[in-house]
Amino acid sequence: MNGPHTLFEKVWARHEILRRADGAALMWVDRHFVHEGSHHAFARLAERGLRVAEPGLTFGVVDHYAPTRERGWIADPAIRRMIAMLEENAEGHGITCFGLEDPRQGIVHVIGPEQGLTVPGVLINCGDSHTSTHGAFGAIGFGIGATEVAHVLATQTLWQAKPRVMRIRVDGALGPGVGAKDVALGWIARLGADGARGYAIEYAGPVVEALSMEGRMTLCNLSIEGGARCGMVAPDAVTLAYLEGRPFAPAGADWARAAEDWLTLASDRNAGFDQDVVIDGHEIAPVVTWGTSPEDALPITGMVPDATSSAHARDALEYMGLVPGRPLVGTPVDQVFIGSCTNARIEDLRAAAAVLAGRKAKVPGIVSPGSSLVKAQAEEEGLDKVFEAAGLEWVASGCSMCVGMNGDLVAPGKRCASTTNRNFKGRQGQGARTHLMSPAMVAAAAVAGALADVRPMLEGRPL
Amino acid sequence: MSGWRRHTGRIAHLAMENVDTDQLIPARFMSAPRSAGYGSFLLHDVPEAAPQLTGASILVAGRNFGCGSSREAAVYALVDFGIRAVVAPSFGDIFAANAVNNGLLPARIDTDFLERLADAKGTAEIDLEACEIQVEGRTVPFFLDPAWQQKLINGWDDIDLTDQHQPAIRSFRKAYRDQAPWAWPGREEDA
Ligand code: SF4
Repeated sequence: MNGPHTLFEKVWARHEILRRADGAALMWVDRHFVHEGSHHAFARLAERGLRVAEPGLTFGVVDHYAPTRERGWIADPAIRRMIAMLEENAEGHGITCFGLEDPRQGIVHVIGPEQGLTVPGVLINCGDSHTSTHGAFGAIGFGIGATEVAHVLATQTLWQAKPRVMRIRVDGALGPGVGAKDVALGWIARLGADGARGYAIEYAGPVVEALSMEGRMTLCNLSIEGGARCGMVAPDAVTLAYLEGRPFAPAGADWARAAEDWLTLASDRNAGFDQDVVIDGHEIAPVVTWGTSPEDALPITGMVPDATSSAHARDALEYMGLVPGRPLVGTPVDQVFIGSCTNARIEDLRAAAAVLAGRKAKVPGIVSPGSSLVKAQAEEEGLDKVFEAAGLEWVASGCSMCVGMNGDLVAPGKRCASTTNRNFKGRQGQGARTHLMSPAMVAAAAVAGALADVRPMLEGRPL
Repeated sequence: MSGWRRHTGRIAHLAMENVDTDQLIPARFMSAPRSAGYGSFLLHDVPEAAPQLTGASILVAGRNFGCGSSREAAVYALVDFGIRAVVAPSFGDIFAANAVNNGLLPARIDTDFLERLADAKGTAEIDLEACEIQVEGRTVPFFLDPAWQQKLINGWDDIDLTDQHQPAIRSFRKAYRDQAPWAWPGREEDA
């Protein structure tokens, strides 16, 4: 490759097998994750009598329908069937599967990195839109539909049009109580839920460099909520430190060669971006959503917006049961949820526990760690005790109330402060009212029984 | 999947922005096998949409249609209901790809043209080759990725297409593996 290139272009070029005259490129896929929802794709394969082309590059995980309580016996036959179907398909095709009883089980976008399956420079697909999470490692990760899942299973390749590249640079530094979730919801509010449609995003700048891998994953995870194909961060010493020694990461001589290679994957100094966005980190306050799209986000210090501004806002406010012009702070919530591939890693749980320690939640809620290994670590650190002492329920790992497929639902009309990624109508249950925010902000909402600014609650506490 | 060039059908309007895939099909229906038919799940929890939809095959919607999850079930619901084309200023990326894989046209149009369609009722004709919609004597152009246009017209199946490239895939795999062995997952026992 000649001339200056972006991180995205470098990784893309490594995977392009060929390109047709109409622009469609055939891409090699390094990692393919499947979950219970992939049953349509396996059915297609079976219809055509095809086998999985590369079982060694395909990994299954039970997450979307995973029960978070009473795992030994699943009462709902539909849920039982979905999980059994994945486990059977995985076994039949010789795919490693992190099943319900596996100590490594968890949400696909949490366990990929945790197991060292997600590494820099690779291309990762999964039939789940938040596959963008894996870009935190300098990989290209994006979600695909069932037909494409079947195609990857059968060929280990995928047809793709090359997206344009947008850089989002976050300058300065973040204040206390402000994190990756606030940065993400902030840019989505500014550019819109389709603001990055057709783009791969590279996150850069001092704020991004200072983020831990977990923060970078949260940031990349939400790329899809701004419409982006994927989000990426250039690999650096933080990335290498996270990965070294992980079960599926390269080891020995391979590790040294890999590490050297991965550090070349930064955008060249003069690389051109199709769009450049600059954000000042100092200006970011903790963010909450007020509506039914992730773009409906405001600093917690703001007011419920004027409904006359658009049909969408009117409809969203009616669904959410909010009155324009009132402060967001103090809006009573009925329950809280801490979980999902966006915010259920160990640092997320620590951030929530730092707020909840020694305090009581005024409303009920559940805490579902992102993986069974995160759960074990949190228990070792005593975080489970903090949540339980505050009055929240500590449950097993899975997608849980992010999507409600396992039966963890918000009741109609109930308001939930949630660390998840989608405040869509009915996402957490029919008629559920979801406010998205960071784990620390959800903890603050639990303590206040209402939307609250976490910052005063953090004063004098170790962070 | 069979290809198509022209379609004539009744227009329905869903004048909402950000119609996400959770609205198109709520998660609770997604464990059903496709053979069960997904049409009755379409916009199940958006009852205000139902009256407009009956008998329509062309859906005119607001910006960012099909945003959200990768669930292809959202497309199954539209297709099984009888929708052949969705016309909107923008689409969720994954939704649009899923649509094309099921013969459903995601026709992107300028917001100005959307306004011209806003009061259109009755029948419209879609010309996939010209990328135009004819309705009530007016012609409205739409945008479609050329690769997707070919796929819709020819009803191509990607797995069959890719099969023709097996030699290229095999030689790519070999060269790539030699060049970047660390791109293959390590094994726990090697660590
Ligand atoms: S936690 Fe939610 S967003 Fe993440 S993979 Fe599961 S369902 Fe998808």
